This record gives sequence, C-alpha cells and structure tokens, in this order.
Amino acid sequence: MTTDLGLPTIGPDASGTAGVPRLADGTALTKKDFTSDQEVRWCPGCGDYAILAAVQGFLPELGLKRENIVFVSGIGCSSRFPYYLDTYGMHSIHGRAPAIATGLAATREDLSVWVVTGDGDALSIGGNHLIHALRRNVNLKILLFNNEIYGLTKGQYSPTSHVGQVTKSTPLGSLDTPFNPVSLALGAEASFVARTMDSDRQHLTSVLRAAAEHRGSALVEIYQNCPIFNDGVFDVLKDRTEAAARILHLTDGEEVAAGDNVVVRDGRGSLAVVPRADADPAHIVRHDVSADDPSAAFALSRLDSPDLGHVPMGIFRNVQRPTYDDALRDQIASARTGEVTDADIDALLAGRDTWTVGTPAGAGGVAEA
Amino acid sequence: MSTKLVQKLDRVVIRFAGDSGDGMQLTGDRFTSQTALLGNDLSTLPNFPAEIRAPQGTLPGVSSFQLHFADHNVLTPGDRPDVLVAMNPAALKANLGDLPRGATIIVNTDEFTKRNLSKVGYVASPLDDGSLESYHVHPVALTSIAVEALASFTDLTRKEKERAKNMFALGLLSWLYTRPMDGTESFLKAKFSDKPEILEANLAALRAGFHYGETTEDFAVSYEVAPARMDAGTYRNVTGNVALSLGLVAAAHRAHLPLFLGSYPITPASDILHTLAGLKRYGVATMQAEDEIAGVGAALGASFGGALGVTTTSGPGLALKAETIGLAVSLELPLIVCDIQRGGPSTGLPTKTEQADLLQALFGRNGESPVAVIAPSTPADCFDIAVEAVRIATTYRTPVIVLSDGYLANGSEPWRLPRTAELPDITVEFATEPNAVDGSGAPVFHPYLRDPETLARPWAIPGTPGLEHRVGGIEKADITGNISYDPDNHDHMTRLRQAKIDGIADTIDPLGVDDPTGDADVLVLGWGSTYGPIAAAVRLARATGARVAQAHLRHLNPFPANTGDVLRSYQRVIVPEMNLGQLAMLLRAKYLVDIESHTSVRGLPFQAGELADVIAAAVASVSNAPLEEAAK
Repeated sequence: MTTDLGLPTIGPDASGTAGVPRLADGTALTKKDFTSDQEVRWCPGCGDYAILAAVQGFLPELGLKRENIVFVSGIGCSSRFPYYLDTYGMHSIHGRAPAIATGLAATREDLSVWVVTGDGDALSIGGNHLIHALRRNVNLKILLFNNEIYGLTKGQYSPTSHVGQVTKSTPLGSLDTPFNPVSLALGAEASFVARTMDSDRQHLTSVLRAAAEHRGSALVEIYQNCPIFNDGVFDVLKDRTEAAARILHLTDGEEVAAGDNVVVRDGRGSLAVVPRADADPAHIVRHDVSADDPSAAFALSRLDSPDLGHVPMGIFRNVQRPTYDDALRDQIASARTGEVTDADIDALLAGRDTWTVGTPAGAGGVAEA
Repeated sequence: MSTKLVQKLDRVVIRFAGDSGDGMQLTGDRFTSQTALLGNDLSTLPNFPAEIRAPQGTLPGVSSFQLHFADHNVLTPGDRPDVLVAMNPAALKANLGDLPRGATIIVNTDEFTKRNLSKVGYVASPLDDGSLESYHVHPVALTSIAVEALASFTDLTRKEKERAKNMFALGLLSWLYTRPMDGTESFLKAKFSDKPEILEANLAALRAGFHYGETTEDFAVSYEVAPARMDAGTYRNVTGNVALSLGLVAAAHRAHLPLFLGSYPITPASDILHTLAGLKRYGVATMQAEDEIAGVGAALGASFGGALGVTTTSGPGLALKAETIGLAVSLELPLIVCDIQRGGPSTGLPTKTEQADLLQALFGRNGESPVAVIAPSTPADCFDIAVEAVRIATTYRTPVIVLSDGYLANGSEPWRLPRTAELPDITVEFATEPNAVDGSGAPVFHPYLRDPETLARPWAIPGTPGLEHRVGGIEKADITGNISYDPDNHDHMTRLRQAKIDGIADTIDPLGVDDPTGDADVLVLGWGSTYGPIAAAVRLARATGARVAQAHLRHLNPFPANTGDVLRSYQRVIVPEMNLGQLAMLLRAKYLVDIESHTSVRGLPFQAGELADVIAAAVASVSNAPLEEAAK
C-alpha cells in the first residue's frame, strides 16, 4: 500500500549531503560567512584554533546553504566550537551531543549535522551515545578532538591518557588502560573511521571532505594539542623527519608505509611494521578502505604504540550501509497513504470497538461508588 | 435444559486472579471490552507482579484484573470484589481477604492439589475445611473440562489445551453476566490468524465455558447489568497509556508538527512506545534509544529541528533525564516528558502505582529550573492532558512534565470520542524573519527576544535563512542569547524563566470546586489518579448527609490562579495522596494554609470506603466545633 509521495529515497551510496539544499549555481560562500561575531576564547596556542580555521575554510566547499548546516557539541574545550561558526548550533551537555544530533538528523534530512566532541566528552561520559550513534549509522559527522587530557576541568587524565600519565588526579600515574578511539569506533560497527591531526591542514581538510561525502556516521579522530595541560604530546608527529618515519599513511589501494618501513601481514594474520628490506613483497599490506570485513582496518588501528613509534593516519574504513535516519524516514514514507486528515485522526481515536449512545441523558449516575 | 432465572443487578465488581502465566490480564481485558460494548460504565485495575513468570503457584506470582461495571456512572474499580475467579490456591489465598462476606468465588478445583496447597501454606484444602462457608463457592474443574472440550483437537498437546482454560473461564463469566462474545471471537481470529488450530481451540474453549454455565446445575441464576446512562456520543474503552499516545498524535496533528518519540523501555510506560511505534502511517517517528538520557536527548534534538519532541518514562528514568530537561529549560524549546509513575525509590515497585514523583518533577534538577507540570485524573483524561501538554510546550517553549501513573496507565474506562476538528487549535508559528536591527541598522536575529505576553522566545529552526544562531546550556545574555557570565543578567534571566512558567496560569482554567450544597466546611483536594477514589468517597460521604466539597488539580506547576482563595474558603482541607504528602507540602509552603495530609503508599489506589471514613470524620469534627471557631 505504498503511495509515492515524490520523496527521494536516499540510499547508502548517496552523498552524505544528499537532500540538503545547495546554493544556487554561481554563488558561493567564503570562510568569512562561516565566522560568527563571537570572540574565540580558547587558550593561546590551542590546537582548536587550527581545526576551527580548517573547518571554516572547508565548509564553503560543500556548496550547501549555510542555514542547513548544524553543529552540535557536548561539554569541554572543543565543545565551544559551535559558538564560533555562523551556522545553526547547539552547545549541549556533557556527552550527549550524539544523542541530540541523532534526534535532529532523524527528523530533518535537509540538514548537514556535525558533532564536535572531545576525548572526555565522547569516550567517557558520552561513550554510550557515541557507540550507539555509530552502530545505528546515523548520518552525522563526528569530530573527536583528542588531546589525551581534560582541559576545561584543568588537567585530569582522560580515557585516552596513557598508562602512568601523571596528572592532577593521578599524581602517581594513571592506572587506566586507554581507549584507542579508532579501534573502539570500528568495534562499534562504524562505517567511516579516520584519524588526522590539528596541524596538518591539508590532511585534515581531505579527511573532512571524505567524511562529509560519506552517507552515515563518520568518526574523525583529530589529534589536538593542549598547550596548557598536555603540551607537545603529539610533537614527534609534527616534526617533518620524525613524522616521515612514524606516520603510516593510509591511502586506498596503496602500500601502508612510513619511511623505510612497511606494514606486513605475518603468518597468523597480525600486522607488523618491518623494514622494507626485510619484507616479503607478497606480504606487504595494501590498504583497502572499503573492505566489507572490518578486521583489516581494526588490525591497522592496533599498530598504534604509546610512544607514537608508528601511527596510522588517514581513513581506516569507509563502507556503505543503510543509515538509521534514512531507514526511519523510509519506514514512515512507506507506511503513509497521503496527508493525514482530521478524519484519519478521528478513525485512529475510535479504534476498532466503539459503541454509540444515541439519546442525550442527564449527567448520569446514581450516587454510588 | 431448563430456562434459568435472570436477575438484574445495578453493579458488579469482578476480580480475575491466577498465576502470572495464566492469562488473567487477557481474560480481564476481553471481559472489559465485552462489557464496554454492552454500554456499561466501567473502571478497571490490572495488578500484576514485575516478574514475567514468577514461580508457579506462589503468592508473589499471582496476577489479577479487577473490573467494576454498572448501569450508572462509576469512578473506581471498586473496593471489594463481589466475584472472585481464582485459578489456583495462591490466587484464592492472596485475594480472599479483599472479599466481603457473601461474595461469589469461582475456583478452578483442578489446581487444588496437595502440592499447590502446600506451596501457599494451606494444610487442608479450603474447599473442604469449611473455611469458605460465608461465601458462595462454585467449584469448577476448569482445566479438565476445558481439556475435555478440546478432545477432538488431536494435534494439540495437553499443555496447549490446558492453556485455553482462561478462555473457558471467560466463556463461563460471559454467560453468567450475559455478555456478548462476538468481540472476543473477532479478537481471537485476528490474534491467531496464522495459527488456525490454536484459534479453533480457543474459540471452542470459550464457547464450552458459555455452554457450561447454561447447562450445569451449579449455576442457577445468571445476571444482567443494563447499559449505563451516558452523554450522547460515540464511545470506546481506553487505557491511560493508549489515551496518552492518541492525545500526543492528535495534538501534533493540530499543531502541524511531526511527532518524534525518543524512549527507553520502562514499566509502566513502555506501552506508549509500543503504541506510537505502530503509528508511522500518521507520520510518527519513534526511536528506541540506548538509554533514558538518549531518549530525551533525541527528543530535544528533534524539537530543536522543529518537531514535537516527546520522551516517555517512569520515575527512575525521569531521574536520568534531569540534566537534559534542564538543558531544555535553558534552551527554551518545547519538550514533552511523560512520567508514568510507579512505586519508588530506586527500582521500587515497577508494576504498582504511586504518585511520589511530584517533587522530582518540580524540583529534581540543578539550579532554578522551572517547568510546567500537569497530571491527568482518569485514563480517558490522559488524552486531554496530552493535548494540554502540547499546548503549553509549544506556546511557552518549555518542557512540560506529564505525571500519569501505573493505575491510570493500565486501568481503563469508557471514553467519549472527541472530534479532532474541535480540539484546540495549537498551530505553531516558527520565526522566519530577523526580529531586530544592529547598531548599523542591519537586520539581525535575537533568539532570546521574547513575546511580551507569553515571554516565550522565538522558535527559529535550522533551515531558516538569516536566523542562524547558537544556543546552549551556558547562561545567555537577555535578548541576544550570547554567552554571559554577568551577575545581573543571570539574576534577570533566572527570574524571567520563572516568570514565564508562572505566566502559564493566565491561560488555564481556575480551580473548580464541586460543592452541591454550597455550604461545605471541608474541602477534599487531590491531583492525578486519585480523582476517581476521591470522587467516589465524596459521593459515599454525601450519601450519609455529610457536606463536603471536592476539587482536583490538573495543573501542578503553575497552580491555577485561584488556588489560594479556594483553600482559604474552607475550615479544613484534606489532601489525599499516594505519597507522603508532597502536594500538601507545596500548598502549605505557597499558601500558608494548614493542609491535612492523608497518605497511602501501598502500590494500590485508595479505596473509596476508606477515604469516605476520613471525610466523614473531618466533617463531623467541624460541625461539632464550637460556634466561635466556625464564626472565625
């Protein structure tokens, strides 16, 4: 009994921004159009500035109407982000942004919805909402600024701080095993998972571009420096020479390599980083970003080491599967039989078993309990 | 077959009781539907354990369904059953104490085995030891007669045949009270459309029960209860949870907003999620969230986008949602939060009723965080309260907490159907244009520039060009909505948010008082689901000549503007509540009136007889008071 209401059915192969109104041909927005009038209040030298600049610089490229872009954040330094973008925005409460954004995305297919969160917001207090948004594959772009520390509450360890890290709340060193956000996201059935870095504008922008294009949840981990409470934690990745040796670039179809080292699959299926000279060419791993099986992406995510000896960067996984919000809209669209009228509601209220009292009677009632 | 005597009754209270796996809720539900279609007025009380299948044959495993039906208006499920259907010894033992002498008991003798008797501590069978002498006992081998009636169903196991015993009982009771069974037959046909064998077996058991009543010597008389006189109109029977669901859909339709429900399963609220999940045809979107917080979060996100965001829960879930409701207070967005209260604290009594979340609803958030709070008074009133919730939420851009409870949620009554076109017009207008100019005269949008009358802020939804703005939980500067830590601004905004909620009182009906003689000295004031028991008690008291006034609050925040005046017009004000005096505390604090709190937290509604005694005593004390007291 499906009636075609002329609604476009948006499949998993569509663009992440399909259904969002675009600017008229020949018109374009600029970075300035996405800059709000609010004074930016992050600490001097914070990595968030670079990310903000990259996002403001990137958004015009989408060609979307500005009023159809929404940024939702939780609590933490990174979550001030929406105030500085001249789009619609909500600075919500700690950890809940993915849940709030899910309700928004589910009811408004004409919006491009972005979530800005941090390692504490997304992985600690909001861990449940993050994994379930990824599992459902809601069409959200989730930017997770990871600085491995709590900044806004002034320097406690976070769920990504390394074991032994001395912070205000761990004077003898942290006892917790950290989350690897990429592994977590892959385990939560995420359809798009990437890692990039605040200081690499070009790489960051390319990842944002791919995330925006992806239809479904996109989890983008962004290594971000906190100059006050965890300064320099990613510095070795910012030094040109060190970076070349440590960063394993993930490029679809290409060998996964860093400097003179390559990633090989050993006899048990695990991955290892070995000197190219020692590698059997048949065992060198070529990245397959759209592999259906997430095992390879997961194995790549396990190449991280606490000393940042090797760090995979780029898009780990980018696969197509139906999104929750599209599927929910499809269910409603196929159940509908046209505009709901008063008569439809009258029939709904009546249900199946009614009886009619014909003659008007008094207020009824003998006085009895 | 001899023609049996038919006797007319004006009212009957029946309680079906059995093991939690015996299908007593279904039996009661079907008997209720048959009774509703016959035109009796009625009120029901399902009462069941939290366990899905509690240990068989034990007292904690007893599930019951009570129905009061009459040829006149009824207000409660009845204090004491006239008839008990007991499917096993546990059901008899658990319910016997509620029966008046002379009550009828129909027992399933098949279950009165030594083992089952000893499970509940009977040394001798009460059917044989004379302990039931003061009741009319009908011993019926319900199980074995039902199984016998299904002898031709060779493909069914004995266990499957035994399962039809509740239909046999329903058939018997249908004969006993002259209820037409067509409704139940079509219900069964729909339910078992893909299991023809089971369907036929159930139909056969149902008819066998009816015929058993007709033929057996044990039942000499059957009864008729004539239709009640009711206002003209079309009626259906409805539970509180279904009425609330339908009210939300109808209100969203009248508001021209898509309805979005974010919810996490919790007793006794889950039926609202189930009902709305089946209404996609009406554009209703439902999401079973990962937890209570996500349920309300998704609803708030939907509201931000211009939908009618709704979340449904019970007390423990309301606690979890508190922070998000506070965010909605700060964002000043519409949000409907339905709390179907149950016994607390903590997990408490999941399947039993209580109204102890009133203070949590009003104050259970950090900071000064006022929200509107309203409560339905009967199952059918859940429809109207849903419409009122949507009116307040959308007009004032505020969260509204609806306090229903387990008694209203699962209980049912006849409902005169409203006409959708005659429901209040609650069309919402979104902001579409800038509402101010900046220093240079350019148009700008101020998200916190308020409507001078309602103090509501504009609802500007994403997708509206030129109105891009940011909202958040940090304190906002008045008018512009920018972040502000200014002391005076925070003081101002805190008072503004309170004034907005207080102002709702301007658009609600004054508190009405039912005082037929016009000279009562005692007022009984209630809120929520106590309406039925209080009204029934007041009737009983008045029948003995007591002059007593009754009033009932549907709006708990803000109160109707005349509430203080009403309270001060009586010498004594009694407030019965299923908590330890939460409304009484609020009224005392706000109006400095010496409220008398009468409370009960037994997980069950008040009994009308018990409340009537309280009222009668209060009235007597006033009329016996010295004259100078009365003259004050």
